[in-house]
Amino acid sequence: MLVSFNWLKNYVDLGDITPEELAEKITKSGIEVEGVEYFAEESTNVVVGYVVSCEKHPNADKLNLCQVDVGDETLQIVCGAPNVAEGQKVAVAKPGAKLPGGFKIKKVKLRGIESNGMICSLQELGVDEKYIPTDITDGIFVFPEDAVVGESVVSLLNLNDAILDLDVLANRADALSMLGVAYDVAAILNKEVNLPEEEYSTSEGKTEDYIAIEVEAPELNPYYGAFIIQDVEIKPSPLWMRNYLMAVGVRPINNVVDITNYVLMEYGQPLHAFDYDRFSSEKIVVRRANEGETMVTLDDQERTLTTEQLLITNGKVPTALAGVMGGANTEVTSETKNVLLEAAYFDGGSVRKTVKATGLRSESSTRFEKGVDPNRVKKAGMRASYLLQKYANGKVLSGVVEFDELDKSEKVVTMETSAINAKLGTEITSEEIVNILNRLQFPFTQDGEAFTIQVPTRRGDVTIFEDMLEEVARIYGYDKLPYTLPEGSNQAGRLTEKQLLKRKVKQYMQSAGLSEILTYSLTNEKNINRLVSPEISKQNPTPINLAMPMSEDHKYLRLSMLPEMLGTLTYNLARNQSNLAYYEMGSVFISNEQKISKQPKELLRIAGAITGKWLEQSWQQEEKEVDFFVVKGILEGLSDYLKVSISFHQAKVDNMHPGRTAVVKIQDKTIGFVGQLHPSLQKELDLKDTYVFDLNLEEILDAYDGEPSFEEISKYPSVARDIAFILDNDVLAGDVKTVIEEVGAPLVKQVSIFDVYEGENVPDGKKSVAYSLLYQDPHKTLLDDEVEASFEKIVEAVNNKFNSYIRS
Amino acid sequence: MKDQLEAIQKEALEKVTQAANLKELQDIRVSYLGKKGSITKVLKGMGKLSSEERPIIGQMANAVRDAITTSIEEKATSLEQAALEKRLEEESIDVTLPGRPVNIGGPHLLTSIVEEIEDLFIGMGYEVKEGPEVETDYFNFEALNLPKNHPARDMQDSFYITNELLLRTHTSPVQARTMQEYEGNQPVKMICPGKVYRRDTDDATHSHQFTQIEGLYVDKNVRMSDLKGTLDKFAKKMFGEERKIRLRPSFFPFTEPSVEMDISCKVCHGEGCSVCKGTGWIEILGGGMVHPKVLSMAGYDPKVYSGFAFGMGPERIAMLKYGVSDIRGFYTNDVRFLKQYHKA
Ligand SMILES: [Zn+2]
Repeated sequence: MLVSFNWLKNYVDLGDITPEELAEKITKSGIEVEGVEYFAEESTNVVVGYVVSCEKHPNADKLNLCQVDVGDETLQIVCGAPNVAEGQKVAVAKPGAKLPGGFKIKKVKLRGIESNGMICSLQELGVDEKYIPTDITDGIFVFPEDAVVGESVVSLLNLNDAILDLDVLANRADALSMLGVAYDVAAILNKEVNLPEEEYSTSEGKTEDYIAIEVEAPELNPYYGAFIIQDVEIKPSPLWMRNYLMAVGVRPINNVVDITNYVLMEYGQPLHAFDYDRFSSEKIVVRRANEGETMVTLDDQERTLTTEQLLITNGKVPTALAGVMGGANTEVTSETKNVLLEAAYFDGGSVRKTVKATGLRSESSTRFEKGVDPNRVKKAGMRASYLLQKYANGKVLSGVVEFDELDKSEKVVTMETSAINAKLGTEITSEEIVNILNRLQFPFTQDGEAFTIQVPTRRGDVTIFEDMLEEVARIYGYDKLPYTLPEGSNQAGRLTEKQLLKRKVKQYMQSAGLSEILTYSLTNEKNINRLVSPEISKQNPTPINLAMPMSEDHKYLRLSMLPEMLGTLTYNLARNQSNLAYYEMGSVFISNEQKISKQPKELLRIAGAITGKWLEQSWQQEEKEVDFFVVKGILEGLSDYLKVSISFHQAKVDNMHPGRTAVVKIQDKTIGFVGQLHPSLQKELDLKDTYVFDLNLEEILDAYDGEPSFEEISKYPSVARDIAFILDNDVLAGDVKTVIEEVGAPLVKQVSIFDVYEGENVPDGKKSVAYSLLYQDPHKTLLDDEVEASFEKIVEAVNNKFNSYIRS
Repeated sequence: MKDQLEAIQKEALEKVTQAANLKELQDIRVSYLGKKGSITKVLKGMGKLSSEERPIIGQMANAVRDAITTSIEEKATSLEQAALEKRLEEESIDVTLPGRPVNIGGPHLLTSIVEEIEDLFIGMGYEVKEGPEVETDYFNFEALNLPKNHPARDMQDSFYITNELLLRTHTSPVQARTMQEYEGNQPVKMICPGKVYRRDTDDATHSHQFTQIEGLYVDKNVRMSDLKGTLDKFAKKMFGEERKIRLRPSFFPFTEPSVEMDISCKVCHGEGCSVCKGTGWIEILGGGMVHPKVLSMAGYDPKVYSGFAFGMGPERIAMLKYGVSDIRGFYTNDVRFLKQYHKA
């Protein structure tokens, strides 16, 4: 809401407070002022001048030579404006004048003729062109005849006005009007409010002889008041009114339209003026639109309507979309003689639906949506009638034709001083509360500490004790509230074990060289089914899409974090960042319902992607690209760190390299996968070799056993034995390891693979895999014979199972 | 013989002194102390001596042997020491060459900020609560005093999935869920961080997905001054002890009275500058006293219990604290951006 500082002075004595100081006070006590701007940049030495004569410039067709009386002298001025004419009163920048933009006026010669000043347009005086009436955007501004020659134009044109931009939140619909702001400012400054004149004299005719009202949908239109003003004279509205309208961003049109706009801004009550003769009916019928009904609005657009929308009709055809926009068929024009003025209360929800359906949001619809003051609807009609009588020479018919089922009663709220102090933590006295209520102009009765308040209907937001609490607090001043800390609950704050573990997993990933990223949860159609972990895709989850996505890119709730993560990789590679290692911890959204009706399961997962060099080249050190075993090592490290055993099993996963991918299991349960992206996907995404993993973190954390298990450390020596098997190439080293562990138990404590070799001395199609075995008995020193016997058993078992032999 | 022994000793000690390496020393040992060495040769002639002379010469021969042995040992030690020093000298490295790189990653800036705020409130006795990102209309709106036709819950502002399900627009539903969980008879002191979603077009200051941290304290006799004191403590810890806070009236459907909290501008300390748009203050968070309808819907009697709630955006805090100028930077994950903000 834009508030003109000069306009506001009509209602509240602002004393010598500056606009900036006022803005600060308003902000601190309730409504944030987002900025203070001046209507125009400063001008000096610009006065009203009278054009004594105006002739063609002897040397230029398009220029005029004017003699202009500016009070103390007559200036010869060359003027290029097409609309300059003898007898006009105009804005003259005298020699030495300063105009906006740092423009200085000097005596000059134009086409050989001396010009001692400039006749100005409003643009040249710093007024934004979009607020200037369309008929004078191309020319100079002409003052009304009563303007005093020689007077400065600054105040005449309101050029020095300051505009406060108020951020009015949903609850303070009252502040969407000059009067509402005036009440608040008066409360803040402890001043009175001067209310505008509404009393007009009526002519002989009676409104009811010309119009009747029938409201078919009172639930959407509980009040409709009709006024008739006859014999109006359409002309520009008074200069002061045009000035104020321009200051708050409304372009003046003509007196009738300007007056309805002026009252809209002043009272916060939208009005609509119909051309009575064009309305061509003696009955207003307010009804819901029929499904598919059409009407042409003021902007010459044809609108197709639904039963959600309320129409004003003449009993036959629609004449206005209630509260939103009038119809072209009944618009006030320069020919209009008789005006039918509507002052109505329309339901906010219905107006909102019409706005949404048509996209027509206006100053009027906004106010209906937020709710207007029930007690100001009729008053606004009266105010406009008064102004139409005064500034359009109209004859206001007597009586207002009304449909009235509107609840105009005031809310009653009770409160006690002690309750206020208990909730605020203050020591406000009852006397101070009396003062605050008076400043707010809320009528009340007092019984000691107990107050009963009749809340004026302009403050529809105040309905309960807590609302009054806020009123008292904000006028008292939030900055006067003390600083205290809660005296109650002394619970110890801490993270849950799961929250702590999540932090530890993040720290582990970081120490393993991966950086955390955050990607969007919403993804596109192509990505939704990509790289979904096998245990999830097996369940055939339903892709969950938004009912109304804003873009195709953010349409589905992700089933995997990897596709968006790969997008991040592509982004960085394109910027010459080639060694990347990322992880993300976050949720994927899984539902098995065909048609979503319940919340999906939100599964916490951890995913990662690595590409480029894992070991960078250094002096006397070879660089090393990331490979499967780097990523596997990271996951094994996590498994060791959390003491949760996981296993890796060769697998095929869509979009993954068929030979370099494994699923990860905890016992028999698949919890995710790891491997290289399929080269064709890499190509599609402009990626180099990229390794990824994606694990169900919830399963891992559930398997975590917080208590470290205690096992006696054997005091007897251990014995190490190494052995290398020559195996067929397709035998899995891990399978051999499993056999060694099984056959070697319980004496074999640990088996590790320390070398894999193919080449010289190993037959084609075979490989040598070397294992290191650690024997230990917790209860005694092992005998050589025992170790030897176990070792032979192992060799035999492996050779039998895998058709292998020992490398000599 | 006595002269002979003296001569041997003199000669041997001289040779030991001159020995250049362990090999020469070994040769000296053999030629003087060995089975065929000089001393042995001398001793072989002892038979010719009288029984009085024999022990004297014997003693003398032993003394010569000991002297030579000691001298050889000392020399050997010093030669070994020299050899070691020479070898170590040869092993010396250029310490100015770079170390072998250790790959270390870091947290996302938003995670750092969220954890910092979590820890701050944990220190004041708050628990951390989490909740679903796909919420029911009831918990996201209705339970927070945003009934069905409320303008603030316009379809245009939220990502609905069905009429009843949507991506949460704030983390407040976690508060409503926690209050229900506590069944209206015990204090609630919690913060809830998480991802939230709104129908905003992504630009420098808007993101359709962002992070929020909200806090809630419900107990008997909670006062608005407690909210002010708590927020002041938070602001000073988070932004610096010299910062001041200012509360202004505001509006949220789930709080009454509602507040907006500003902190004094870091640059101008309240004087007004371009950073704070001349106001001296920077908006940080919103909050207020929990609306009685929100309390009663969650099973807390508003006549017995009262509470305060507040909410803030870690993105905004990061932007203010670290000068991040474009909110999209948090989700683009440019590795150069991420690295700048890696915190230990
Ligand atoms: Zn500043």
